[in-house]
Amino acid sequence: MTDYETRLQSWAGRELMAPRFGQDAVNVPMIRHWVEAMADDNPVYLDEEAARASGRDGIVAPASMMQGWTMRGYAASVRPAPEPASEPSAADELNGLLAEGGYTSVVATDSEFEFHRELVPGDRVSVEETVESISPEKKTALGAGRFISTVRTYRDANGEVVATQRWRTLRFRPKEKPEPKALRPRPAINQDNAFWFDAAREHRLVIQRCAECKSLRHPPGPCCPQCGSFEWDTVEASGEGHVHTYVVNHHPRHPAFEYPLVVAVIELAEGTRLIANMTGVAPADVEIGMPVVVDWIDPDPDLSLPAFRPAEKKGA
Amino acid sequence: MNRSFEDVAVGEELPALSVPVTRTLIVATAIASRDYQDVHHDPSLAVERGSKDVFMNILTTNGLVDRYVTGWAGPAAVVKAIRIRLGAPNHPGDTMVLTGTVAAKHAEDGRVEIAVRGVNALGPHVTGTVVVQLNGRSEGSGA
Repeated sequence: MTDYETRLQSWAGRELMAPRFGQDAVNVPMIRHWVEAMADDNPVYLDEEAARASGRDGIVAPASMMQGWTMRGYAASVRPAPEPASEPSAADELNGLLAEGGYTSVVATDSEFEFHRELVPGDRVSVEETVESISPEKKTALGAGRFISTVRTYRDANGEVVATQRWRTLRFRPKEKPEPKALRPRPAINQDNAFWFDAAREHRLVIQRCAECKSLRHPPGPCCPQCGSFEWDTVEASGEGHVHTYVVNHHPRHPAFEYPLVVAVIELAEGTRLIANMTGVAPADVEIGMPVVVDWIDPDPDLSLPAFRPAEKKGA
Repeated sequence: MNRSFEDVAVGEELPALSVPVTRTLIVATAIASRDYQDVHHDPSLAVERGSKDVFMNILTTNGLVDRYVTGWAGPAAVVKAIRIRLGAPNHPGDTMVLTGTVAAKHAEDGRVEIAVRGVNALGPHVTGTVVVQLNGRSEGSGA
């Protein structure tokens, strides 16, 4: 057993919290507040007559309120009294030991109450807590952690046990949050090329066409390089083409991309060329002349781009 | 209405109870249980601590399964145990549906064990057992 494990296991059976009385005795106003919030219409909690009709001497508190009677309340929750520096509480000591192991987060997992008698208005309730066991490290959905089981004993003013509660919390190392994935560099969109990126967002590959001489062009521009016309429309590309040439990028690396990264010049069946990434092919298997088809990628919610993957062989 | 020990049979199902988990319910029940942890009333701090929103505290889950079982068993029932395991959190806007089945009966002391389960959109929020002590047919009063 490691030294850390020994120190942790030495807590089994130790008192975590000395007996402490709740601020107020069991009382009707707090019961009313509880049953109203829970929408619990059992009459034995507020109606003396109904309580006596049920075989009791008078009204009782809901069993599930037990823990509530010993809660520290608002002031102690928001303005905790400073602990004397010389005497850290047992709970602080255990928290410190757990933090040493990296177990800094906590979530409650189990509460097992056994009730010995019902509480009635006027009862004063105290609670004390003892560590029962500390589990070996377990892998959980929240992260690696240890289950700490404690037993809380609730007593009345005479020291008689009114309830016990086995309480289990998971103290865990929060999983490292993955870095949010970097976004791809934004395309420089302007009035001349916006139509092309708008179509891409709808997974449509379009090619700009001169309205005068009907020649196709890419990348988009305001003026036909053949005839000089500023009039244009678009045609939908078939999405078929071949690799005209390509490079495999290793460096420098941009965090939005996976490397090695294929950057290809694709010649479309319609004759225009565009630069795109490739999918569904290992960089070593890319070949000049390879037939390809369009395969849309959506790297982030604002960006859709055409990529190309090898076309299935005819007849295959 | 009080259910007597003889009235209930192992395997009997309790009628389901649907609990709309509103923001007000989460806050009101946390305060009623004197639980002032910010994750039960302050949405922005709950998010900062890694939760998607405020969520119901455990004392309230105990209170709701208590209400569910005693509402079915009747005012004469005495709760002897509430043993729960927690799962998916109850966030505002969700609905928790409580279901229960009589799992065991102990004639020597009139105890009845009810297996309870509360499921929300994320999955089981609570699974556990509530033990109530019921009167025999001859005893008991009122009803």
